[in-house]
Amino acid sequence: MPAADGTVADGAGRPEPNHGLRIFLLWLPVALVADLLIWFVWGPHLPPGAMSTSAATQQSAIKIMSVMAAPVMALVLVYGAYALVVWRHREGDDEDGPPIHGNTRVSVTWIGVTSVIVLSLAVFGTVELAGPAGAGAGEGNTPIWRPSGGTPLQVQVIGQQWRWTYRYPQFGGFETTSLMLPVGENVQFNITSLDVIHSFWAYQLGVKADANPDINNVAYTKPEHTGQVQVRCAELCGLWHADMTTVGQVVSLSAFNAWTATARTQLAALTKELPPYTLTYDPNAVAQLGKVFQKAGLSGAGGGFYGSQYPVQP
Amino acid sequence: MSLAARVTTLIVAVLAVVGGVIFVVAHYLLGGPPTVDFAAATSGQVNVTMQTDASSDPATVPDHPTWVSYFIKSPASGSWVHTTLFQVPAHTRVNVTILGYDGSTPVRNQVWGQVSGTTGGVADYGGKPVKTVNGWNGPYLIQHTFAIPSLNLSVPVEAGPATCTTGPCTNNQHSTTTFSFMTPAQPGAYRWQCFVPCGLSYLDGNGGPMQTFGYMTGNMQVVS
Ligand SMILES: [Cu+2]
Ligand SMILES: [Cu+2]
Repeated sequence: MPAADGTVADGAGRPEPNHGLRIFLLWLPVALVADLLIWFVWGPHLPPGAMSTSAATQQSAIKIMSVMAAPVMALVLVYGAYALVVWRHREGDDEDGPPIHGNTRVSVTWIGVTSVIVLSLAVFGTVELAGPAGAGAGEGNTPIWRPSGGTPLQVQVIGQQWRWTYRYPQFGGFETTSLMLPVGENVQFNITSLDVIHSFWAYQLGVKADANPDINNVAYTKPEHTGQVQVRCAELCGLWHADMTTVGQVVSLSAFNAWTATARTQLAALTKELPPYTLTYDPNAVAQLGKVFQKAGLSGAGGGFYGSQYPVQP
Repeated sequence: MSLAARVTTLIVAVLAVVGGVIFVVAHYLLGGPPTVDFAAATSGQVNVTMQTDASSDPATVPDHPTWVSYFIKSPASGSWVHTTLFQVPAHTRVNVTILGYDGSTPVRNQVWGQVSGTTGGVADYGGKPVKTVNGWNGPYLIQHTFAIPSLNLSVPVEAGPATCTTGPCTNNQHSTTTFSFMTPAQPGAYRWQCFVPCGLSYLDGNGGPMQTFGYMTGNMQVVS
């Protein structure tokens, strides 16, 4: 409590130590060690790895944000521990703490430091999105961040309950359940759905983008290493949502070219029967399917086909 | 409240909670359709016979008689079982026969008009091998598909000449789709489903029977 002459002393009359300095000295090594561990030990293992340009920037962004967050968390923990130990209740001391109103230095430091951190992260995040052409996120029908140089390889990703299919419009428009990509080439995913909302999540590529019916959602990436890509659906889409997976492959350009040549020939009969390549496929636009729904007295796929005991979903 | 009343209340409350838990667990374990067992293979092969129906006899399928449905023929009794769960040995050739008692519903994605994952890459429609069927226009019309995505198995099933609404049906007004495939070496549950949006009246044709065991989707249990 403040004494009459203005110096700060504890209950026993001893002068108050410089708590700020003590907390700072305790905090500094903790923050330093945490940051070094995050950057050098944990960092290379942070998700989603570095298989593609988008994955690598996501990993470095997570590293940088962790390195900025760790000292803040360390300060909270060190301060908490310090307060618990130094300012704990002592036997026989029932006195209230001093009524403090405001501390300009603390307020200015606090607001200043947090503002700088938050605003710089906002700028950093935006730049990170722009850098590797949208960072693997869906950019909608008219992407503003595109990869530079040449026409990218286009792969249409079609979600349906409950499987992904992939269409290669630059190779005759064949459609397959396999996802094959060449290493070192820019890839443009055109993601859409034939029924409900799905989400195309190619984990190792750092690509995750919604698959919506009637919408062409564009996402870019550039695989930097060969290997397996685990594709999952990241939007709860019904009974077999969890089983809606593909094991994709990133292979050399020559292996990719050999694969497309073979697939094109093997799937030629099927490709002839497919509708022409378009960026979206209206779920109810298959004329024959429409006729069946009509015959059943349904408009589109709604209506009381099975009787009033089954409410139309939804 | 008297002590006796409080003790009684406590006992009743505990019994209610325990009973509820037992009910839910038992429902989970015992509920759902039965599994038809094809585990006894003769000379490395099993024959699985199924049928598809536009709707079912309410006496056999009291839950949803109006839904489209598969039935599986029990090899033991020879009778039709309302289920989509069946059990087969690992690493075994499965010869499938599907009797089509339903009318045509086109595929939404024509990619499922192609036969894949079967022995020889074909399915037989009434004895004639087909590789790719136009699921929208014919000459063959299709009604459902039988697909095990993890085995890349996908077979369009030919539509029947008539629609039978009292499944399981036994008349001869049906199509016959046959194909064979090998079960994997790895035991486990392999989901299968139909890829025709045949759950009419549900969102995009994919609710109801398309998402319910016993109708248009199920598991193939592979045992070692
Ligand atoms: Cu999905
Ligand atoms: Cu079906």
